[in-house]
Amino acid sequence: MMKIAIASGKGGTGKTFVATNIFRTLLKNNYNAMLVDCDAEAPNSAAFFDIRLLGQSEVTQLVPVINTGNCTFCGKCHEYCNYNAIFILPPMKIISVIEDLCHGCGACLAACKFDAITEKSVSLGTVNQYSNNCKPSILEARMNIGVMSPVPVIKAAIKQIDNLADIVILDAPPGTSCPFIQTVAPADFVILVTEPTPFGLSDLRQSVETLKTMNKSFGVIINRAGIGDNKVQEYLYHEEITLLLEIPFKKEIAETYSTGKLVADADSFFEQQLLAVIKDISETWK
Amino acid sequence: MEIAVISGKGGTGKSSISAAFATLDGMIVLADCDVDAANLYLLFNPTHEEETVYTGGHKAVINIEKCSNCGICKDYCRFDSISLLNGRINISEISCDGCFLCYRICPEEAITMIRNDKSRMYSGTFRNGKMVYGRLAPGEENSGKLVNLVREKSKQIAEENNLKTIILDGPPGIGCAVISTITGVDKVVIVTEPTISGLSDLERTVEVIKKFNLPAYVIINKYDLNQSVSEQISDWCRQNVITIAGMLPFEKDVTRAMVESISITEFNPDLIISKKIKSIWNQITSQER
Repeated sequence: MMKIAIASGKGGTGKTFVATNIFRTLLKNNYNAMLVDCDAEAPNSAAFFDIRLLGQSEVTQLVPVINTGNCTFCGKCHEYCNYNAIFILPPMKIISVIEDLCHGCGACLAACKFDAITEKSVSLGTVNQYSNNCKPSILEARMNIGVMSPVPVIKAAIKQIDNLADIVILDAPPGTSCPFIQTVAPADFVILVTEPTPFGLSDLRQSVETLKTMNKSFGVIINRAGIGDNKVQEYLYHEEITLLLEIPFKKEIAETYSTGKLVADADSFFEQQLLAVIKDISETWK
Repeated sequence: MEIAVISGKGGTGKSSISAAFATLDGMIVLADCDVDAANLYLLFNPTHEEETVYTGGHKAVINIEKCSNCGICKDYCRFDSISLLNGRINISEISCDGCFLCYRICPEEAITMIRNDKSRMYSGTFRNGKMVYGRLAPGEENSGKLVNLVREKSKQIAEENNLKTIILDGPPGIGCAVISTITGVDKVVIVTEPTISGLSDLERTVEVIKKFNLPAYVIINKYDLNQSVSEQISDWCRQNVITIAGMLPFEKDVTRAMVESISITEFNPDLIISKKIKSIWNQITSQER
């Protein structure tokens, strides 16, 4: 099984566009493929396919519940909590849990010597499993609104990838912080999608530096080629980074995407280009 | 007055529109809260007046000489970061959440907690006032905390320089960095685009904003790329009683302006898009909350 993550430092460069079109291309060419939408804050990949919900699993986290009857207000739990999620005023005998700040690490539970802490589980989001053409093939990490971090939901989705698929496409969240790292960490290859603008280049540089420190193999797809300048191409040439594909800026592509349709379905040349990219990557991976 | 510019979906034009707002009239404070991919400094080339080190979360590191490989830390860790590899304890830096529990319970005191100090906050002067921006080191979490720092600094600078308006350019998504960006601001501008992803992310963003009871204004950027989805978004906004501040046409010069390191309103104030941005800004800033 080969896992390919589609990522970009900058948002809106076309990660989901590339991920969904590569996935469709793989299916059309009889690859045993799976798509995992790891952009849990803004999951959109599944909407491009004719899908049916097969299953849904809830992603939960434990948060402490304090039994004030047993509590001696010793403050040990507050001391152990590194997220400031336990508020305590011993003289007033006040103690409360700020659930939004809790990461569910269990440190307070380990700290309490008086059996004053139990735990309850709270929902962080879901991992949705969809079938496309009667085959289980799309996993979607979807964080609940109001939750602080998408990381636990992303981790849960990645855990659910079964070994049945030969190629797994991971649609990553934007940025280079924790959610991005969680998504690219299990990948064998990372496709960075960028656009030829100063913002695109600046964010690409940051992504490249991050992937280099992680020792990841990666290549770049330039989306909307022609809209800005040639600085991204120059940078790639200079840094000897593989340019996998340039997708020209065309209003028709933007229009097709905007309605939730896949360009690979309408444009066989584009489909062949994406297929060639995947074949190139598979060759290097072997 | 603090005005935050956000969008659930990335790349809808938040930064380009923030940059245009920042260069319309008078002096302002511009805060780049997209600490994960800060870009506005590229357009404004601010002076470096102050640099602050931001220390992010901790990571557990094992000292193999002290470790007896008893596995207690592994049993306690809830982030799957500790494993036994060939009989030896191994801590994954990637999944470690920095909770300190392993450090506290290790009977051999074989675990130390280290901090990443590569993240920075900068502040300085640019042609339309003062600018504050953060740069989060790769792999860091807690970006909400750095956003809070950027906002505190912006307020301090605004007071010192008697500047009335703070424009916050927000990050994409709906997680902690976004919540930190909008908490307690006066107005929120949501930039969306006429795609099904744009609409779906707008819906999620509005749900977050509702929890904060903030006045929100929607801008549909590049509305002419798909008029029917733009209509759908407008209908949705009307049904949910959200003000549509305006619709901006697709304009190739937005990218040309970016390449020349200026905002679209500086590039050509006579373009339709520039005039519309100005009228949107006037509408947003003139209304009482």
